[in-house]
Amino acid sequence: MGGYGDVQLLREDGLRLDGRRVDEMREVKIEAGILPAADGSAWVQHGLNVAVCAVYGPMEAHPRKIQRQDRAVIDVRYNMAPFSTSDRIRPGFNRRSREISKVTAESLESVVLVERYPRSKIRVEIEILAAEAGTRCVGITAAAVALADAGIPMRDLIVGVASGKIEDTVVLDLDKAEDNYGQADLPMGILPTTGEIAFLQMDGDLSVEEYNTCVEYNMKAAKEIHEIQIDALRRRYEEKNGGNA
Amino acid sequence: MVELVPSLLRQELAALAENDERIDGRGQWESRDITLETDCLYNAEGSAKVTWGETVIYAGVKFEIRTPWPDRPTQGSLMCGAELRPVAGRKYEPGPPSPESIELGRVVDRGIRESGCIDMDSLCIIPGEKVLGIMIDIHVLSDKGNIFDACALGAIAALRTAIVPAERFDIGEDYPLAVSMTPTMCSFTRVGGRYVLDASEEEELGGDERIHITLGDEGHLHSLQKGLKGTFTPAEFDEILQVAQRRCAELADLVNSKVE
Repeated sequence: MGGYGDVQLLREDGLRLDGRRVDEMREVKIEAGILPAADGSAWVQHGLNVAVCAVYGPMEAHPRKIQRQDRAVIDVRYNMAPFSTSDRIRPGFNRRSREISKVTAESLESVVLVERYPRSKIRVEIEILAAEAGTRCVGITAAAVALADAGIPMRDLIVGVASGKIEDTVVLDLDKAEDNYGQADLPMGILPTTGEIAFLQMDGDLSVEEYNTCVEYNMKAAKEIHEIQIDALRRRYEEKNGGNA
Repeated sequence: MVELVPSLLRQELAALAENDERIDGRGQWESRDITLETDCLYNAEGSAKVTWGETVIYAGVKFEIRTPWPDRPTQGSLMCGAELRPVAGRKYEPGPPSPESIELGRVVDRGIRESGCIDMDSLCIIPGEKVLGIMIDIHVLSDKGNIFDACALGAIAALRTAIVPAERFDIGEDYPLAVSMTPTMCSFTRVGGRYVLDASEEEELGGDERIHITLGDEGHLHSLQKGLKGTFTPAEFDEILQVAQRRCAELADLVNSKVE
């Protein structure tokens, strides 16, 4: 986390710089099925973040060495477009995107019924088009909707949300300034129906009480985003059925 | 990925061409519907989304401050790159930039650069020390045919809407980038023995060589490229150039309608 406490992030009235309450998340919009070339796809706008996800498969897993005899492997690529940040990013993988891809894949393998598709591969392509803090979470939220749109069976959807700490106060869903100058960030991938956690990272400094508050905020936000995911999939399903869900 | 059906598809496309028909019912010089959106990416200084039939691409413009080339101390630079990432379709694999994506980026780049629509001297801040570099990045998200024309349209539309972030660079107030022309691209693919405009994914799969023509405001040629195996006659080129003259003017009008 960036320089502690040298930038004011909470206003006199207790609200955050963008006017949100401490436990208020940014606006989330989701559309399913927006990429015709893909087997399943989703577009998610979370605050100023925009992520697009395409799912291909299940398909033959190659190279052969990645095959698993008893299950499908999920091949995730998280990538930030060169124009997604204020300073242009050089195209291609870096250590950060590789790590995010790996832990995202593992979290998706925890919800997809991978044992249904032995020896196959499911490709999940997450493209961040606009980045304004919290993109790994937005990617997870998008991936869940794209997997469902592709008709791939899952035991639950998965929602990416983060809480953190600014000026010794726990807040839900950090924006860019809060992420840069805050004290902690706790992104989670939550199964909204069961409350299980499939994705977890954290950096910064949190007491146990603060951690517990973060989890409480994340769980609440996961339920809200879940409703938006369901609504997007329902609209997509109605479209496919000519208006008869 | 190996495609198993092209030979059957080729036969079908040839039979359709005999009757002056196309596989999706379009006329020989008929394009699919195009939707152009601009200013659609928050962190890009200029941006466009093009939905061309079922093909979807985004283009984003970024600026940087750089030192000029020693032999051109007053000139800024323009670079256009395209990424064919695995998101774009089943056939795309991860890895370093493919020859296809490099060709795509370079053909789009040439059309814009050679039209002279950007005055490179206008990008100079301090001669010999500081100039602006313009970078156009194109992201193909769904390849359902004719990504070249979609990318070229997105690139020029993003450029036309670009705002130079001068405040961020401490060189004065933000101002719109001056773009003096609207070069657009028209691509033709040989399908069933004859050229068609705006080939679909299936037509590309079962077709032969392709020709990309970029024209500027006066209908002048700024970039040409022939891709894939095959030959054509001067008479064939004359015919498609006439179609391109008409079509490129329509595409430029579309860009102008979004920018002004």
